Parts: sequence; C-alpha cells; structure tokens
Amino acid sequence: MSIETTLQDSKLQLAIYTATGRLMDHRANAISPELLPRYQEMRQHAHDLKKHTIENLDHYMEEFEKNVIAHGGKVVFCKDATEVSDFILRLAKERGAHLFVKSKSMTSEEIDLNERMEHHGLEPVETDLGEYIIQLAHQKPYHIVAPALHMTRYQVADLFTEKLGVPREEVIEEQTMIARRVLREKFLAADIGITGANFLVADSGAVVVVENEGNARLTSSAPKIHIAVAGMEKLIPRAQDLAVMLGLLGRSATGQALTSYTSILSGPKRPGEVDGPEEFYVVLLDAGRTKLLEDPEKRESLYCIRCGACLNHCPVYRKIGGHNYPWVYSGPIGKILAPQFKGLMADPWLPFASSLCGVCAEVCPVKIDIPKVLLQLRSEITEEKQRTNQDGLERFAFKAFAWAMRRPWIYEWGGMMGAGLLGNGPRWISELPLSPGPVKAWLSQRHLPAPAVRSFREQWRARRTK
Amino acid sequence: MAKSVSLFVTCLVDQLFPPVGLAMAEVLERIGYSIDFRQAQTCCGQPAFNSGHREPARDVARYFLDTFEDAEFVVVASGSCCSMISHHYADLFGSDSKMMDRVHAMEAKTYEFSRFLLDVAQVDDVGARLNRVATYHDSCHALRELGIKKGPRQLLSKVEGLELREMSVAEECCGFGGTFSVKFAELSGAMANTKIESIKQTGADVVVSIDSSCLMQLEGTMRKQGLPISTMHLAEVLASR
Repeated sequence: MSIETTLQDSKLQLAIYTATGRLMDHRANAISPELLPRYQEMRQHAHDLKKHTIENLDHYMEEFEKNVIAHGGKVVFCKDATEVSDFILRLAKERGAHLFVKSKSMTSEEIDLNERMEHHGLEPVETDLGEYIIQLAHQKPYHIVAPALHMTRYQVADLFTEKLGVPREEVIEEQTMIARRVLREKFLAADIGITGANFLVADSGAVVVVENEGNARLTSSAPKIHIAVAGMEKLIPRAQDLAVMLGLLGRSATGQALTSYTSILSGPKRPGEVDGPEEFYVVLLDAGRTKLLEDPEKRESLYCIRCGACLNHCPVYRKIGGHNYPWVYSGPIGKILAPQFKGLMADPWLPFASSLCGVCAEVCPVKIDIPKVLLQLRSEITEEKQRTNQDGLERFAFKAFAWAMRRPWIYEWGGMMGAGLLGNGPRWISELPLSPGPVKAWLSQRHLPAPAVRSFREQWRARRTK
Repeated sequence: MAKSVSLFVTCLVDQLFPPVGLAMAEVLERIGYSIDFRQAQTCCGQPAFNSGHREPARDVARYFLDTFEDAEFVVVASGSCCSMISHHYADLFGSDSKMMDRVHAMEAKTYEFSRFLLDVAQVDDVGARLNRVATYHDSCHALRELGIKKGPRQLLSKVEGLELREMSVAEECCGFGGTFSVKFAELSGAMANTKIESIKQTGADVVVSIDSSCLMQLEGTMRKQGLPISTMHLAEVLASR
C-alpha cells in the first residue's frame, strides 16, 4: 500500500469518495441554518469547554475519580500501553477470564490492545460490525468513525466465507445477520467487556459511549466486568455539558442529531438492579497526553472528540485513504496527532502532505486550528533537520530565496534569466530536458507556464515612460 | 486628486502572469484611483513560511513591511498572499511587540483585489464586458482565511455578456498548495482532476479565480489533458470590455 497505488486503484478511489461524500452530505444537512441555527455558537461553546477542561485537567481527573469511586467503580491511571495491558492481564488472571468482547475504541487501537492481549493467549473480539470486519481481515481501522470504509460488500463476503466458514453472502443485511449470530454467542460467553469512551463526565463519574449498533451497550452490561479505556483528554466537567458535545459529535460524524444509542454508564450495578456489570473500571490513559499538555502552541490537538469530519472533508484523505497514514489516527487530525505522540521525526513528511486548504478547521466541531498546528510542526521539523544537518540543500535554497527577495535587482535579474532561457518558446511548456527535481515533478502532472518575456515591472516601467 | 493605491502584484504575477497585474491596474484606474507600483517589491515570504523555514520567511516579511510601510492602501493580486500578510505575519512575529505594531498597521490597510473594490471603493460594476461562460473557483485561503465568497461572484454578475455557472465542488482545493504540488505531485494532480471533472460538468469555457497559483495548477493540468478550457484571473475579466 502506497499513496501511488491507492491513487491508481479506481475501485478504492470510488469507495472512499462515495463513503466520505455521503458523510459530508449528512453533516451539511444536519448543521444547516434551518435545522441548527446555533451551530457556530455551539462550536465556540464546545471549543471553550474543551479549552477550559484541558487547562484544568488535573482538577477534573481528581473529581472524576472521586465520583467513580463513590459509585463503586475504580479508576486506573496508566502512563502507557504496557500499563494498560498489564492491568488487563492481571485482572484476567485473577478472575480466570479468557474471552473479551470489545466495542469500537480508537484508544484501544492506539495502544494495539488486541495484539497485546492475543500475544498473552487472551481472545478479544470486536463487536462493532466495521471493527469486526477489520479484525477478521487483520487490518487497522481505515477511518476514525467508519473503520471498514474502504471495503466493499464483495470483499466482506469473501472474508466471511474464508474466516467464518459460512456460504458466500453479498447482501449487506444478510452479512450483518451473520456477524450478529457469531457475536451474540460471544456476548453471552464473554468474561469481560471493554469499551472506549466518548466522554468522561467529571461531576458524575460517568462514562459516555455513543454508537448505532447497540453492541457497546451489550459490551458494557452483559459481561460481569466492564473496563472503559479512555484517553484522559476525554473529560468534560459537567453532565449538562453533554448537551452541546453530543449534539456536535453525532451531527459532525454521521449527520445524526443523536446516535441510536447513548449510554451513560456510572459504576457497577447497585443492589437490586438486574442489569449491569459487577465490576466497573475506567482506565485513564496518558501515553503522551501530559507531554502535549505542556505545549501551549499545540495542545488544542487534545480537544478532538474523534468525529471524523476532518477526514471526510479532507481532499488529501479522500484521495489517499486511511492506510497511507503512519498511525491509526488518519486524516488531518492524524497528521497533527502522530508527530506529537510518536515523535516529530518518526514520519517527518507527514505534516507536509497537506495543501493547507483549511477545510479541516472549517468543519471541526471544537474548532481546532489544524492548519496552524501543521505549520508549527513544519517549522519544528525544519529546525530539527537543521540541528541534525539534514536537507541542507532545501535550507540553502530558502536562505538564498530570502536573500534574493530582499534585493529586487537580483530578483529581477533572476526572472530575466529564466525568461531568457524559457520565455521565448510556447507559453505553456510540456517538457524540459534536464529539468531539476521540482520542475520535473510539476511537469509529471501539468504543463508549466513559461516565464513572461517581459515581467510586470518591466512593462510597468515602459508604460510610465511612454 | 485621485486617491492612490499601492499594488502588490506578487512574484508569481510579476514573473509569470503580468497581464493580471496590468488588468488590476487598469480596473483601479478606471474607477478613479492612481496607481503606485513600488519597484522594490518582491514576494510576501509565503513559500518559506509554508515550508517551515520561519527565519527566511521573517526576513522577507520584514522587507515587505519596509517596502509598503507608508502606503495608504496595499491591494494584492492574490487571496493567498494577502492572507499571508494579514493573518500569518502575526504568527511570525508573535513575541516581538514592536514588529507586531507594524504588522497590525499593515493588516489594516492590506486588501485582496475584489475586497478592495467592494469594501473600499464600493463599486461592483466596473463596466466590464465578456461573452463567455465562466465558473468560479474559490481559492482556499481567500475563502477560509479571508472569508471571501460572495464578493467575486457579485463582481462577475455585473459583467455584461458573462454567464456564471457554479461547479459542484467550488470550495474544494485545486491541489496546488505551493511546494506540496511538487513534493506530492501525483496526489496534487489527483486533486486537480477532481476539480477539473466538476469544471467540465458545468460546460464553462473559462475558470475564474482570484489566485493565479490555483489557475496555474488548473490550466497546466487541463492543457496537459488537451481540454479546451482556459483560465482568467478576476482582474482580467473585469478589465475586459
């Protein structure tokens, strides 16, 4: 899989374009001024709310823990992926647990939780249909909200036949029924359910999970033990803040005013209650978040509520899809999260793979200025390259550029040289012998305008002296 | 005495598309302005800034501020370059209060061409005439950083003989993105193709925009494909008669 092969795969291109286009249309309809006149106010409200929470995260984490304990649950602070899997393995051993059902969680994908559990002989089963499909296919999610967005029903038919031994079935509803039959058995037999969290509510110690399939509700209530794994940035101060956050999340993700299921889970079942787990744990994951918190320039990256709207609208994501990004978080938000979580120089090309069109910031429900963070990251990468003596030629070129641009006669002379070499031919150049890299790259896709024989400034001087 | 405006034609227009600069001057003169063109001007510094090279970008930005310090109005032939000056110079000098004063003074008097016509000159009909079918491409920085959407369409609607047809993805990026277009050439080309498909569906014979860089990307691609669709900067349309 590379950017080039994705671009050349016309079926895949159509699948990505159609699926993201549908999500764009749904969102546009849901936030239209007729249906939601307060949309821009809501965005600002949500932005301010996340800003306030992130800047006071220590306070809200403490309040959240206090309230989870008051409801009979436990909060487990984990500084990295290993601490999460250690906790889960220990608990599994103590309780004799083997089978885990899981509802869709990007945080669990972020820390490769399934792989870690399988490595120790445990059986995690994804129960969101899309996640189940990619788990069977041994892939990573293609999209934050729609993990199997890239797969057609024909590919799913092949996959089910191969992995589940069922007769080939190409009708989506029937495929859903196949998955449902398999997963019902897993729900009933599972020892532990693992969910993510869309929000953690500090004043009520509650975990909020939104979904459309009902599998997260089963995951969190059928097994005797429920573990919610969440990044600590998922906190919001008060239950009443859900009004604005839920309203923005559903609409931005799928165009729904509310998703089909919204579960507000606070603690294990109380005496006399029929449903619910007997044990309730919230794993609060750091894994780089406190480090990001220290950076006032870029910490707004932590405001993200994982709606996926920036992916759906991004002209780059819509061409290269999800698997060409180096991490599970793809699209514009992935472009700013990956360098900050995995290290600036892990994939130094990533923040540059953007035309800076800004549509991501326009559709972000919490108003993260993604292009601004991208520009900041570009500058940090360039500085790091300077420190380690990489890409000297580019650095020299921009120094020379700045030098020439402050000397109009040099600038003009350079232009005249260019025009002298190229300007007398056809106005649009289709090929050039011995062209330097960037010119060659340009010409691979398009013709190049020849420099004007007489620049604007020359023509202007001539006009004045007439 | 005619009011004076200082043109910033941008390096791209100066070197590759001089007719755009001449058209802009002609339209402004037609509505009663006298033109000040400062021969010292070069570039706004955006190529360096977008590539992460902030020190060279600061050097060029300082030079720009020196060049236009005493101008009354600076009218820019590009939404993107205008946004560099009026939005991103502040990012470059954020901690330097003395420079920030100069930056804010420049922001207040710097206008993208169409916005100057509508907001300062308060003219939407410049007496242009052009018998063509056009579609308008919203360039990203003009649209999302400067909030320019209706203005160019309003100006085009007053051009006698011109028919404006909206394309389905008018707001989608053309794929240019400066060095992005050569660092990720195939991807950039694929983005242009999406846009061009939408342009073709309108049946327009000319694509109009307020950024020559987008038009260079689109026309270069259409020419490579042998399509009979050309491009014009808004200033060139408004100068036609």
